[in-house]
Amino acid sequence: MSNQSFEEGKLMAVIGDEDTCVGFLLGGIGEINEQRQSNFMVVEKDTTAAQIDECFKRFVARDDIAIIMINQIYADMIRTTIDKHLLPVPTVLEIPSKQHAYDSSKDSILKRAQGILKPTGRRR
Amino acid sequence: MSGKDRLPIFPSRGAQMLMKARLAGAQKGHGLLKKKADALQMRFRMILGKIIETKTVMGDVMKEAAFSLAEAKFTSGDINQVVLQNVTKAQIKIRTKKDNVAGVTLPVFESYQDGGDTYELAGLARGGQQLAKLKKNYQSAVKLLVELASLQTSFVTLDEVIKITNRRVNAIEHVIIPRIDRTLAYIISELDELEREEFYRLKKIQDKKREARAKADAKKAELLQQGIDVREQANILDEGDDDVLF
Repeated sequence: MSNQSFEEGKLMAVIGDEDTCVGFLLGGIGEINEQRQSNFMVVEKDTTAAQIDECFKRFVARDDIAIIMINQIYADMIRTTIDKHLLPVPTVLEIPSKQHAYDSSKDSILKRAQGILKPTGRRR
Repeated sequence: MSGKDRLPIFPSRGAQMLMKARLAGAQKGHGLLKKKADALQMRFRMILGKIIETKTVMGDVMKEAAFSLAEAKFTSGDINQVVLQNVTKAQIKIRTKKDNVAGVTLPVFESYQDGGDTYELAGLARGGQQLAKLKKNYQSAVKLLVELASLQTSFVTLDEVIKITNRRVNAIEHVIIPRIDRTLAYIISELDELEREEFYRLKKIQDKKREARAKADAKKAELLQQGIDVREQANILDEGDDDVLF
């Protein structure tokens, strides 16, 4: 981990299918640090939920990552882990993938938003 | 419950003043916290609206970006492996700034360009234009996502803070103020009790005195009847002396 990236410039991480990763890498967010750890994970057809889960946890634990983007279908596979992640940083963003349209009703944050809006509406 | 749950304090005037001051403080704090909660709530709703809006925009942007990826693949063949293998340094990085809402610091992300394009030479043989477009699309997607991320962080932070503030408001409203009220009521009742006792004591003393005087008068009258006039007899304790100095 270079000192500079440690101090101010934080990274975005991607967990997604090959096309999503390639797209974002071309967008210029990819980085491999001195330990040869990448900040993206390509999910193949035979990747298990446990592997995704493990990778997600690794990204959360790294303190040079500020935003984690994850395809919604893979987010669904590790929904409990994402729901458990309540800290503001790193932020978990669920993004649509090429094959699967975005379903806002599944999004962890929006689910929380629904839960919050109702009791606050009831208040007073 | 009522009358039981109160502050352990000795009922006195001083304590009453103290409690009154505390009550005023609690009410002031309650008002201020309520205002803070309202301000946060307002901001929160604004952010929520923006998040939902941005999420829908994100859907479109991502669709377009994915489409341009397909275009680029069509023209320049499979570039996936080349791209995945050639990762070195991040070109877009995130800077965090702080925003302040009613004393709550919200992290705001901001993306910035750091270093040159790693894939400058990708698509040199063919499909360069498509690739350039693809990069541009994904960069705008990244920008949008960064914006969304800061909204989401603010959302999570505010959510937490609002919960805490509401908890405090409710605690003051339903626990602290009633407790002080009860303490005040207790002090007042105790003070009243003391006052009544005092009053009763005074009355009693007056009664005793009156009784004693009546007795003395009766004795005097009796003596008078026996022929001894004690009315003009000076009491030794009565200093009936005028100034005899001159």
